[in-house]
Amino acid sequence: MSVSSTTPHGHANRWRHTLAAVGAKPRIALPSLFLLLVAIATIWPQLLTAVDPIVADPLQAQLPPSVDHWFGTDHLGRDVFSRVVYGARYSILIGVSAVAIASIVGAFLGLISGLSRGIIDEAISRFLDVISSFPDLLLALVLISFTGPGTVNLIFALGVASVPRFARVVRAQTFVIAKSGYVEQAKTFGLMRNVLVIRHILPHALAQVPVLATIGMGTTIIQAAGLSFLGMGPQPPAPEWGAMLAEARNYLRVAWWIGVWPGLAITLTVISISALGKRWQLAFEGRRQS
Amino acid sequence: MTTLLEIRNLTIGFPQDGHANTVVHGLDLTIHKGEAVALVGESGSGKSVTARSVIGLAGAAARISADRFYIDGEDVRNFKEANWRRLRGRKIGFVLQDALVSLDPLRRISQQLSDALGTRGFFVRPNLHEESVALLESVGIPDPGRRLPQYPHQLSGGLRQRALIATAIARQPSLLIADEPTTALDATVQKQILDLLAERRKAGHTLLLISHDLAVVSRLADRVLVMNNGRIVEEGPTEQILTRPQHPYTQQLLDAVPSASSKGFRLSPAAVTNSPDTQARVGTIERIRIPLPTKTIDQHNRVLSAHNLVKRYGGSGGAYAVNDVTFDLASGEALGIVGESGSGKTTVAKIVLGLVEPEQGTVLIDGKQWSNIPEAERRPRRASMQLIAQDALSSFDPRYTVEKIVGESLDSIGVFGAARRERVLEVLDAVRLSEAFLKRHPRELSGGQRQRVAIARAFAPRPRLLVADEPVSALDVSVQAQVLDLLAELQAASGTSLLFISHDLGVVHHLTDRVLVMKDGRIVEAGGVHNVFSAPRHSYTRSLLDAVPTLT
Repeated sequence: MSVSSTTPHGHANRWRHTLAAVGAKPRIALPSLFLLLVAIATIWPQLLTAVDPIVADPLQAQLPPSVDHWFGTDHLGRDVFSRVVYGARYSILIGVSAVAIASIVGAFLGLISGLSRGIIDEAISRFLDVISSFPDLLLALVLISFTGPGTVNLIFALGVASVPRFARVVRAQTFVIAKSGYVEQAKTFGLMRNVLVIRHILPHALAQVPVLATIGMGTTIIQAAGLSFLGMGPQPPAPEWGAMLAEARNYLRVAWWIGVWPGLAITLTVISISALGKRWQLAFEGRRQS
Repeated sequence: MTTLLEIRNLTIGFPQDGHANTVVHGLDLTIHKGEAVALVGESGSGKSVTARSVIGLAGAAARISADRFYIDGEDVRNFKEANWRRLRGRKIGFVLQDALVSLDPLRRISQQLSDALGTRGFFVRPNLHEESVALLESVGIPDPGRRLPQYPHQLSGGLRQRALIATAIARQPSLLIADEPTTALDATVQKQILDLLAERRKAGHTLLLISHDLAVVSRLADRVLVMNNGRIVEEGPTEQILTRPQHPYTQQLLDAVPSASSKGFRLSPAAVTNSPDTQARVGTIERIRIPLPTKTIDQHNRVLSAHNLVKRYGGSGGAYAVNDVTFDLASGEALGIVGESGSGKTTVAKIVLGLVEPEQGTVLIDGKQWSNIPEAERRPRRASMQLIAQDALSSFDPRYTVEKIVGESLDSIGVFGAARRERVLEVLDAVRLSEAFLKRHPRELSGGQRQRVAIARAFAPRPRLLVADEPVSALDVSVQAQVLDLLAELQAASGTSLLFISHDLGVVHHLTDRVLVMKDGRIVEAGGVHNVFSAPRHSYTRSLLDAVPTLT
């Protein structure tokens, strides 16, 4: 493990290194840089813009991009750049929370299913079959129609819809590892079953979950934007990207900038996450095979 | 005699990060038409990559140079992929080690054969079926018409290997290369394959055989080349190599073959060395065997008794995996179980280990009930019984270091902290692994080192009984020799009883005191290992013994 070295002629050198790194591995560096921006926008949007995303100024409505308003203003005169920056918080929050619910519940169900077999496994597996027999978006729509629109309900709906993806992988992994040589060997040591599961089965069965979660996050953000577009997510005037697209729809001919920027933000965020996730998955699989 | 293959000063390297990584150094190899030549050496000696270079399959990363490299009069040094393709199958057939891996599991035998036979011009061969049948007949597959539509997994190991050989000889190549063609096989199946190759040789076909086992090639080859660390250390007629070896490494390989005559002696030289000093000792070889320590067997102290064990596949009504098996194991004794795959010997091991419950019969450990009791009652007694599995690598948690792997067996007897570390170091030292190995992961160990770690782990909690299920069948003869020596030494020193399961009769004869011969789940013969192997009463034991390749 090398600790990042701090040399006397520090900053200039480090910048050059960073630039060199971007040049050398653009497929990793560019998405990383973009996600860094998104992360800043999520945690501390004031750092990127001083303008309030909610305050409307009808006199300034539908201004094209300029030095004052980088991304222009929308039909109510709100600054689009500020709204796009603040919107990151919604997308990331919804994406992270929904995936967290899906991966925790999914991994738990998968483990129980894989370890217990028999009637419990059968019950869980059939339940998951039912869930995954609906398309994700349709299932989320159905759930929201029961719970009503809103950020929390959206998170819950999207989370539930992608539980099977995690549960299936963890269950299959658990099966394979429970039959492996080292688990049999550990049995001959007289280990308690719980110890055996925690030591030798859990870490391997869960190894793929972070990778799956990363890739799943991209999908979830798109779905969240889609549902928000339909008005199922955060309610106006919240600057959610999907909701912004819905509002911009009516002005696309006269003021393209209202819709294009949030659209770009969604696209780039999802592409960045997927690109990094795929990279990670490849590295992960490579490590397993070598 | 026409020369089929002529190689002068062959050097193969896999350059990486500026290092040449040369694996073959200036090798000369000539094969005449009708000759059977064997290339013998342990894994890593460069024998396989040499064989692969002869069909242009050494890999894209390989850098190959030679002064002369002629195949059937053609200089192949500047061959392109297209040139090689013309050669493969037609001039040179190649049989790989593992038929299960080498045959496409999703293609029928007929399809594999038609791939191998190729097309005639643009069209499918008109009499493909007849040719395929003839081909299967030529490799001794009975009832070929029934086998053609089957998939590889429907064939037994021996038939599969024959089918693989059939694909290699489909276009009547002038040279057949077989890379460890029998290593994964039972002795009886191995014999069938060797007989098949011997028949081809008698019919005048040319053969290049690659193996780590001198005994396997001894019956088959006219000439043997012994390879070590990328160099040919000795070359000569088979008979001369076997009876009057000139090089200490050849002697070492010969000594490593376990047999009746090696019983009670070490198989490997006293110090574990991988590169014996080559020049100094040439010509001054004496066959000195170093005796193993004697063991004490207490016949009155029964560590393990198994009575009338019965286990069927898939519960009652299924075929018998184990049928009425009864045996005892005394303290300090080594008991061998031999039989072909599917004879039920591994199931017996699992029943003894308490991983599988017998349907009928009982297992007693130290006179107390062991089978069909709740796991909670068994758990505290498990430390007295340890397992050495066939595939050491898969018996290690890949995330664990050697220290954790060995230490885990001490959990059950409650040894933790400094005492655990001390015991781990002690047993690692006993298997001649230094402290530097503590932090290694399983993948960073060689095959022999892995098996030594497995042995260290098994001995760590000072068990009374050791169950070893084919612990050396995946190893080279020379590495196997080191592992068997360690096992014998530690067993004698600790007075542990050993239940040793193997399909290799030589190994069992060398290591154990008594032996059970199993066939189809039953014990067909039992007794002292000398009696059983020198005067077998059951015909099955005799057929097993006949199949063992010997150094004659």
